[in-house]
Amino acid sequence: MRGSPRVRLIKWSLHYGVLFLFVVAALFPLYWLVKISLTPNDSLYTHSIDLWPATISLEHYATVIGNSDFLLFFRNSIIVSGVTAIASTLLAAAAGYAFSRFVFRGRYWIVGVMLVTQMFPLVIVITPIFSIFGPLGLTNSLTGLIIIYTAFNIPFATFLMQSFFDGIPKELEEAAMIDGATRFKALLQIIAPLTLPGIAATMGFCFTGAWGEILFALLLNSAASTSTFPVGLLLYSTRATIEFGPMMAAGVLALLPVCIFFFLIQRYLVQGLTAGAVKG
Amino acid sequence: MASIDIKNVRKDFGPVSVLKGVDLAIASGEFAVLVGPSGCGKSTLLRLIAGLEDASSGEIHIGGRRVDDLPPRDRDIAMVFQSYALYPHMNVRDNMGYSLRLKRTPQARIAEIVGRAGAKLGLEALGERKPRELSGGQRQRVAMGRAIVRNPKAFLFDEPLSNLDARMREQMRFEIRKLHRDLGATSVYVTHDQIEAMTMADRIVAMNAGIIQQVGTPLELYDDPANVFVAGFIGSPAMNFLTGEARRGETGVALSVGGKAFCTLPQAVAVPEDGRVTIGIRPERIRIGVGAGQAVEAAADLVETTGAASVVHVDLAGQAMKIFTTERLQLSQGQRIPLAIEAKDVCLFDPAGGGRLR
Repeated sequence: MRGSPRVRLIKWSLHYGVLFLFVVAALFPLYWLVKISLTPNDSLYTHSIDLWPATISLEHYATVIGNSDFLLFFRNSIIVSGVTAIASTLLAAAAGYAFSRFVFRGRYWIVGVMLVTQMFPLVIVITPIFSIFGPLGLTNSLTGLIIIYTAFNIPFATFLMQSFFDGIPKELEEAAMIDGATRFKALLQIIAPLTLPGIAATMGFCFTGAWGEILFALLLNSAASTSTFPVGLLLYSTRATIEFGPMMAAGVLALLPVCIFFFLIQRYLVQGLTAGAVKG
Repeated sequence: MASIDIKNVRKDFGPVSVLKGVDLAIASGEFAVLVGPSGCGKSTLLRLIAGLEDASSGEIHIGGRRVDDLPPRDRDIAMVFQSYALYPHMNVRDNMGYSLRLKRTPQARIAEIVGRAGAKLGLEALGERKPRELSGGQRQRVAMGRAIVRNPKAFLFDEPLSNLDARMREQMRFEIRKLHRDLGATSVYVTHDQIEAMTMADRIVAMNAGIIQQVGTPLELYDDPANVFVAGFIGSPAMNFLTGEARRGETGVALSVGGKAFCTLPQAVAVPEDGRVTIGIRPERIRIGVGAGQAVEAAADLVETTGAASVVHVDLAGQAMKIFTTERLQLSQGQRIPLAIEAKDVCLFDPAGGGRLR
C-alpha cells in the first residue's frame, strides 16, 4: 500500500510525531534533572520557570562531591550492585543451564517455588529478614544487602538465563563432548561464548535493580558508612528543607555508572534481548 | 577402524520403549545405514553408540571394548549431526581443529591435519569464515571435516543430508561414499530416506517401532524383503500390495485378486488356513502388454511421467496398483490394459503379522 505522496507525508509525520512525543516524555525528567543540577542556588527558587537557567553553575556538584558523604555512598552502591550483578548472574546461569539441559526429580517444583517467590511484595518479608539479619550481623552491612539483592534477583535471572540456554541447540555441546570435551569444558568453551548476550542482559538487569533499590537499603542500613546512594539522596530532603540543587546533582552523578555499564554491554544487550525472536 | 557390536540393547524413556532389544554387529570398515520412519528408534540407537544417551540395558562394544559406561569423549568416535552443530563463534579452521586442541596437539600439527582434511573436502579457501557465512553444502563439508581430523574408530552420521536441497544431497551422497572408500572407516549412517540407504549402504539395517526388521545388502532387502514393512519401505515407487487369496492346487499355489486369477506360484508356500494373503509385487516388475507370465487385465487411471520413466496408476479388481515403465504411453482413463506378471517377482505376506510367506 503506497498511497499518494500526500498520504505518505501524513503517515510519515504521524509516525515520527508519535515517536517524538514518546522520546520527549521519556527524556523530559532527565532533562529537568540536569537543568536543575546546573541552576545556581540563587535563581533556583524564583517564580518564573525557565527551560534553561540564565547562568550555569557547577556549585551543586561541588557541594555534593566536596561537602557530603556522596562519594562513600557511591562506592557502597558500586560494590553492592557490582557484586550482586556478578553473583546473581553466575548463580542464575548455573541454575538456568540445569533447567535448560537436565531432566531431574523435583524440577517442576523448584520452578514453581521460584515463581511463587516472585508473587509477594517485598514489604511483606522486610520484618522477618530484619529479625533474621540482626543477630547475624548483616544489618548495617553491605554483605547483607548483597545477599538480599542476589536472592531476590536469582529467580527472574534464572528464567532469563534459561531462555538464553534454550536458544542454543544442545547438539553443540554434544558435538563438543564427542570432540573430546567434558560437559563443563563444553559449557565454558562452546556454550558460554554464545551466551554472552544473555549474560550481559542478565547482568544489566541485576545491576540496575540493585543500583536503584531503596527499601531494603533504607531499612536495614541506618549507618552512613553502609548507606547506598539512593538512601544518600534522601539526606538532602530534611524536615526543614529540600535541597533540590545538590539532590539533582547527586542524581546526575548516580546515573553515570549505569550509563557507562549499559554503554559497555549494549552491543550484547540488543543481541540478547532479540535473540530467539526469529528463527535463524 | 573398529567393529561395533550391539547386544540386546534396550532403551526406555519412562514408560515408552524406544528400542526393544536390538542386536547388531557392524564389521570393521563397513558402511551401515540405519533406515526407518521417524520414531523407529534409529537415531536413538546412534546416540547410544555415541554415548549421548545411556542404554536401559544391553551392551555396546566398539573395537572389542565395552563402551556403554564411557562418556562420549572416551569412545573415540566422530559424529556428523543433522544440524551440523558447527560452533558458531569459531571459524572453519577452529571448528575442525577443536578436537585436536582438546587433545593438546601442537599448533603446527593441527594446522597440518586440518589443512589436509580441508584440501580433501575443498575447504581450503574458507578457513577464516564463520559457519554463518557458509552455504548449507559448505557447512556439511565442515562438519565432515571435523569428523575426519579426529581419525576416529567409527563415524556416526545422524541424517546429515536432510537439510540440503535435492541436488546438493545427491552430490554429498556421492562425496560421503567416496570419502568412505578412501578412509575405509567404520560408518553408521542414520536416514529416513530409503534412496540414501540404497545408494550408500554396504548393509542396510531396516528398523521399525524399536525393532530391527531386516539386515542385509541393499539388493537383498530389495529383492527378498523379510516382511511387509521392509518391502513397503525400500523401493520407490513402493511395492504394490494387493489383498488376495491363495489356493493350493496341483501345479502350485494359485493366487487370485478380487476373484480373478492373478498368478500361479510353482513352489510350495506356507499359506494361512483361510487362504487370505497380501500379494506384493514391485511396480517395475509388472509389464504392460502381453508377454511372459500370467496375463491380468487392469484399468488405467493416471500416468505420471518424469521424462525418463512413467508411473502408471491402474485399478485391478478395485485395488490400486502402480506400474513403473520406461515406455511412453498414451492411456486414457478407464482404458483396459493387459499386464504380464511373472511368478518369480511375486512376494507373499501374512496379512495378520506382516511376515513373509515362503
